[in-house]
Amino acid sequence: MVKPSAMVLLAAAALAAQSAKYGVGRPPTEDEIRGLGLAIAPDGTGLPEGSGTAVAGREVFAALCSRCHGDKGEGGIGPPLVGGQGTLATAKPLKTVGSFWPYATTVWDYVNRAMPFDQPGLLKPPQVYAVVAYILNLNGIIGSDQVIDAKSLPKVKMPNRDGFVPDPRPDVGNKTRAKR
Amino acid sequence: MKDSGPSSRRQLLRMSAAVGGGLLARPDRPRAAEDMPSELGAPLGPYGDRSPFEKAVRWRRDTKTPQTGSSFTPLEDSVGTLTPSSLHYERHHSGIPTIDPSRHRLLIHGMVERPLSLSMADIRRLPSVSRIFVLECGGNSGSEWAAKTAPDVQRSHGLASCSEWNGVPLSLVLTEARIRSGAAWVIAEGADACRMERSIPLPKAMDDILLAYGQNGEALRPAQGYPLRLIIPGWEGNANVKWLHSLKLADQPYMARDETAKYTDLMPDGKARLFSYQMEAKSVITFPSGGQTLSSPGLYELTGLAWSGHGRIERVEITTDGGRNWAKALLQEPRLPIAFTRFRLPWRFDGREAVIASRATDESGYVQPTRDALIAVRGTNSAYHYNGIKLWKVHADGTVTNVEV
Ligand code: HEC
Repeated sequence: MVKPSAMVLLAAAALAAQSAKYGVGRPPTEDEIRGLGLAIAPDGTGLPEGSGTAVAGREVFAALCSRCHGDKGEGGIGPPLVGGQGTLATAKPLKTVGSFWPYATTVWDYVNRAMPFDQPGLLKPPQVYAVVAYILNLNGIIGSDQVIDAKSLPKVKMPNRDGFVPDPRPDVGNKTRAKR
Repeated sequence: MKDSGPSSRRQLLRMSAAVGGGLLARPDRPRAAEDMPSELGAPLGPYGDRSPFEKAVRWRRDTKTPQTGSSFTPLEDSVGTLTPSSLHYERHHSGIPTIDPSRHRLLIHGMVERPLSLSMADIRRLPSVSRIFVLECGGNSGSEWAAKTAPDVQRSHGLASCSEWNGVPLSLVLTEARIRSGAAWVIAEGADACRMERSIPLPKAMDDILLAYGQNGEALRPAQGYPLRLIIPGWEGNANVKWLHSLKLADQPYMARDETAKYTDLMPDGKARLFSYQMEAKSVITFPSGGQTLSSPGLYELTGLAWSGHGRIERVEITTDGGRNWAKALLQEPRLPIAFTRFRLPWRFDGREAVIASRATDESGYVQPTRDALIAVRGTNSAYHYNGIKLWKVHADGTVTNVEV
């Protein structure tokens, strides 16, 4: 017997299917959504299971990242991943994960989708957690045995978390433009 | 040297053609006008090439990894308002993927009632539109913040190009997927190696964004996102995600790397501006411009390009005396919103040094500011969204350079 709530759902689905004006495409498969559902929100939405610490991340980094980012993340072929805190308001600002990035979730999201640069998609979630923990630790943001997972990552307070303001333009010259 | 001249070479070619049935034999150098019309031209071809005499190419800034970086449109050689697809600027973060359109799908998911997976054939069945839009990298003219500005217009302004784009209104496809209440952002993702990700506010997505598959009368070029990309009228290029394969409806922006760590403008107080999507009014003189030479004193046509992410160009003024006097330039019609507008003004170069510049006003009444005015507010470390007035110095000998050398 179909439960009433399931019936409501079925009816809603039928309605939704009917309401399509052009009716092109098909429902995506679970695999398709998983494969493309990489995006991680600042509140942690989308983070998978798994965890890691900086201690574990040091090995991942040495094996897969340091040839481009330097032994301690100081930069090389790839940009530096450490340093720059306190430089943003100076003549020579150094923007890094540690000095500039407002959300730790962004580091997870970016490393997971784009790194290693020449082998993207290589890392499994526990490796991503670990190597992100290592980068955060190199920047003095977390301790070396602090466990980073879906719960703790969004709570990491990045040094430049409050360093962003909304776009105020038009800010120069005549400011008569009506904002669109 | 009796056998090496061009005419004896032609004779040889004609002979070999006659003897060897060598109709495919072609002169090994381009023909000059005075050679005409004594010989047969090249046969018809399946896909066109430009004349071998035309040499304009994109300029590429050196990077440590050739898959990241930018290549700049040679605006100084452009005529009219459209950019050939082959010279459209490029900005990639992880190289150009090769995508088989028969296997490419666009996924629409997240806060929608009817998650959808669309093939390219599905997308091409939908009602389509063509619109001419300029596309400008958020970092275009970034070199102008520095004390020493770029030496030519390709390097100072070449991360902007204008094309006819063809595709389906994004609003149509989102409506088809039935957006759930509470959704406020669209998280777009590309199929390149870094899976470029950007967050786009839903009101803009429902307004004028295109799911584009065509450019200048043919399919998108691979470097422009083949087979599918976003075209977001008036917004910084990076948000116009190429190789688009996923749109996720969400209740919040995802704060992707390229909208937090990059493309945010750092102010002198150390704060950075988030989500500066729209490109403001801008113009530049393309002739005469840095690196070019006026061969002699006399009458010339000053010309250049103006555009604004906020709509039509209403007015362009030109100074030839370093900003003391400004004259209205002639604007080429039709003036399309958010597209290159070509401007022109006759000018007599009298053989004395002259500092020339253009200043655009868009339909919102916004006037392109000076470089000094921009720097007074934003300092010199904001990196992106530069739209200051560009000065060129025409020297007495007719050579042209940037002013801040
Ligand atoms: C083959 C060289 C290479 C390897 C290996 C590599 N990277 Fe990168 N990385 C780069 C390049 C190049 C960029 C800049 C990409 C761009 O310009 O968009 C980058 C960017 C980054 C950034 C963003 C930095 C910023 O400030 O924008 C992070 C974080 C990062 N890499 C982490 C890693 C981690 C973690 C690993 C190992 C799992 C890794 N990378 C392996 C080359 C590399």
